[in-house]
Amino acid sequence: MRLFLSLDKPDGQKIEAESLTEPQKGRQSFKLASTMDSVAEVEAAAERMTQSAGLDEDEGFRVAMAVREAAVNAVLHGNGYDPSKQISASFENNGKSLIITIADEGEGLDPEKIPDPLAPENLLRGTGRGIFLIRSFLDEVHFRQLHPGTELTLVKHLSPAAGNHQDADAPQDLDTK
Amino acid sequence: MALSIATRQLDGVTILDLSGRITLGEGSVQLRDAIRDLISKGDKNILLSLGDVNYIDSSGLGELVSAFTTAKNQNAEVKLLNLTKKVKDVLQVTKLYTVFDIYDDEAHAIGSFK
Repeated sequence: MRLFLSLDKPDGQKIEAESLTEPQKGRQSFKLASTMDSVAEVEAAAERMTQSAGLDEDEGFRVAMAVREAAVNAVLHGNGYDPSKQISASFENNGKSLIITIADEGEGLDPEKIPDPLAPENLLRGTGRGIFLIRSFLDEVHFRQLHPGTELTLVKHLSPAAGNHQDADAPQDLDTK
Repeated sequence: MALSIATRQLDGVTILDLSGRITLGEGSVQLRDAIRDLISKGDKNILLSLGDVNYIDSSGLGELVSAFTTAKNQNAEVKLLNLTKKVKDVLQVTKLYTVFDIYDDEAHAIGSFK
C-alpha cells in the first residue's frame, strides 16, 4: 500500500509526496530482560504504535498505559526481576486492531482470583489496580497460561476515523488544503 | 521524566508541588517518603498540587491511596489540587475520584482545611 499526501504551497504549486506517517503493518517482537528499563522500552514501543495507528492522544495514552501495566506485571509480579527470566512483547497492527502480547516466565496468574479494586472493601488498598486498568482501557484482554508463565493479549479495535486509511490496499490521496 | 517535589507553606497548609510522573520506579517512592516525612513532623494539612503531573500508573495510585489512609490514621488530611486530564481520567476509572477531596483552585483548597 502506498499513501500519498497532497499539499498546496503558498505560491500555488502542489506537492505530492509519499507520506512519512504511513502506518506500519506487520509484527514486531522483543525479548527483554526483567528490568524497569524493559518496561520503558515496551511503553515507548506502544506509544510509537498508537501514534502511527492514528489514535488520538487520549486513546493512545490509555493503550500505552495498559501496555505499560502489563509489562510491569510481567517484570515485577511474573518474573520477580529475576535476571534469568525474560519478558516477551509483540506488537501488531493488522489494520483493524492493535494486538499486543506481553508474556513472562513466572508462576502463572489466575485472573479469576484478582480482587475487584472497585469493591468498597478494596477501594483503599494500595495495590491491585493494574489488571483492572488494562481491562478498562482496552477492548479485549486475554490470559493464557504458558507453563511456566502468563501471556496477556491486549486488543484495541481501531475506529474507522483512526484506522480506515490502513484498510485500503489502493493508493489514497489525502488532500489537506 | 522523574518526579520532582517542591514544598511550600501557606496558611498552615503544606503544599507539595509535584511535577513529572508518579509511577513505579519514577516517583512513587519519592512521594511516599515526602508524605511520611511531613506526617512524622506533625504536619496535618497536606495539599498535593498535581497540575504538572501528566502520568500516574497503578503504583502511583497506590501511593496516593496510602498517603490518604496514612494521613487519616494520624488525624491529618491529604487533598488534591489541579488534576491534569490524564490523572483525572485514571482516578475516575478507578473510582478514587470519589475518595479524595479534589480542588481546582488553590485558595479554595487551602480554605477547606480550616
